[in-house]
Amino acid sequence: MKTSTRILSIISLATVVALSACHKKDDNNSTTPSGNGKVKLEFFNVVGGSNLNLNNEWYTNANGDSFTVSRFNYYISNVSLKSTDGSTYTEANSYHLVQQEDPTSTSFDMTSVPNGSYSSITFTIGVDSLHNVSGAQTGALDPANGMFWSWNTGYIMLKFEGKSPKSTQPDNMLMFHCGGFSGANSVVRTVTLNFPTAIQVNSSTPHVHLQADVLQMFSAPNKIDFSKLMIIHMPGTDAKNIADNYANMFTITYAGA
Amino acid sequence: MFIACWIIVAVAGCKPDPSLDPQQDSGATISFEVPQGWPQPVYTFQNNALTQAGFQLGRKLFYDTRLSRDNTISCASCHQQFAAFSHLDHPLSHGINGLFGTRNAPGLFNEAWLPTFFWDGGVINIENQPINPIQNPVEMDETMPEVIAKVSADADYIKRFKAAFGDETVNSQRIFKALAQFMSTMISNNSRYDQYVRGTGSLSAQELNGLTLFRAKCASCHKEPLFTDYSFRNNGLVPDAALNDSGRARITRLPEDMRKFKVPSLRNVELTRPYAHDGRFNTLDAMLEHYRTGIYQSPTLDTALSNGIQMSDSEKQDIIAFLKTLTDTSFVKDPRFAEPK
Repeated sequence: MKTSTRILSIISLATVVALSACHKKDDNNSTTPSGNGKVKLEFFNVVGGSNLNLNNEWYTNANGDSFTVSRFNYYISNVSLKSTDGSTYTEANSYHLVQQEDPTSTSFDMTSVPNGSYSSITFTIGVDSLHNVSGAQTGALDPANGMFWSWNTGYIMLKFEGKSPKSTQPDNMLMFHCGGFSGANSVVRTVTLNFPTAIQVNSSTPHVHLQADVLQMFSAPNKIDFSKLMIIHMPGTDAKNIADNYANMFTITYAGA
Repeated sequence: MFIACWIIVAVAGCKPDPSLDPQQDSGATISFEVPQGWPQPVYTFQNNALTQAGFQLGRKLFYDTRLSRDNTISCASCHQQFAAFSHLDHPLSHGINGLFGTRNAPGLFNEAWLPTFFWDGGVINIENQPINPIQNPVEMDETMPEVIAKVSADADYIKRFKAAFGDETVNSQRIFKALAQFMSTMISNNSRYDQYVRGTGSLSAQELNGLTLFRAKCASCHKEPLFTDYSFRNNGLVPDAALNDSGRARITRLPEDMRKFKVPSLRNVELTRPYAHDGRFNTLDAMLEHYRTGIYQSPTLDTALSNGIQMSDSEKQDIIAFLKTLTDTSFVKDPRFAEPK
């Protein structure tokens, strides 16, 4: 085989290797060796000032539309902690599906965290582009979780279902399945939140409470009117607009021992 | 380990050699070899090393009717080996409860070279393909948790999962990877045309003339050696008002993709009738006649077809004679791909 072709193939295969090295099986962007500490992350889904109560309660969005919620799921992935010394610890195999209807899914431990002091957390809402095209996956990414479009493949990054009298759909249905991992309408969003005071990882496990406010999903920068937008089932500008809203829906309400 | 694998591949000559760990189920090793002169495949068994155990597990799943809700429909129900894994004589296939789908079941071969799956290219990794017919209410109408439950209750399957993946866990990922190993390994490259190209066989004068005509009139889309360029094109079919299939536009939502469908491979075309994405043409003659006189003009019609494809009657017959040389009898009779006993 010609030398030039061989060099080209080595370069292109090295690129494949580099990409596959970022695959879920291997630890990825960590610049610190792993340790023995843990951080417990707990997700609290709220609607304004009250806890999200599926099906049982009426809420009102920024547009004045009342609504109930029957389902609220989202992927949290690629979670990392920034240390006060500037280094970063990234969770391995970091894919979590938070489902309001499943209380066991709303909290998980980051493990193998090196002892130290951490000032902020970064995570992705959704599933990164590479893992949308990597073939059959398992665990939180298993299509059996109902968060995967099998035709026009890709993950549903956030799923909201409910009802509003403003909806003209059968049964006043609201259905927002937000997906799309590439191009201008990608809904993949990365969030960084600072801890009010740095958390200490040592022999004890600090807790971090992450609050997601459903009202934020429908308020800003794009105010949602349920009489105009009630169904999203594929990638597009509607999904992107909702994603631009929910990118801001998380706050830290507690971080400490 | 994978890093070493790929560097070895680069030095050895651009051939993926995933049989680094050939598990010897029946004593025969298994490997994936790129036929000489063919381009590199798209699917390279990354994170799904091809093994005899994985291949046999995928084969058992492919022929297993328990993947459907009422245990009557398997992949093989609509993908029949004797029809090069298409559905003979069925424009559209019937799945569970006799319900019909909306598109023609394509033949399955050389799938490792497919950059996309289905007539509209909605799926881009072969591991993500099987979940669609399994979950489709008009095909197998089953859920993955149910499939997993049925498979897990079968001691033979448990043994096979352990042999293929190292332990007895049954999950959707392993089911799809095993199916991918089976489907991707099915290469069809031994037709009379292939033997002619390799110099080990001959074609008649008519067939050779047909090949010359084919290269002049058809090969811009149906490129050798795979007999497709995998692009999406509107080939001038009169829209079917009942099916109203927007084709590729359904995936991209782009108006310029309206009624474009993937160029299918013409290998084994003699065996895979009827033709077109909705199976509307029963014979090769009708298919070619469409190109000659049946082109429907529309804004997205492929520019190569704006005046149809002109051919005399005898030229048409020569092309058909050539197309029949693409039949790979050894493939459709290959016991490795047949229903396991």
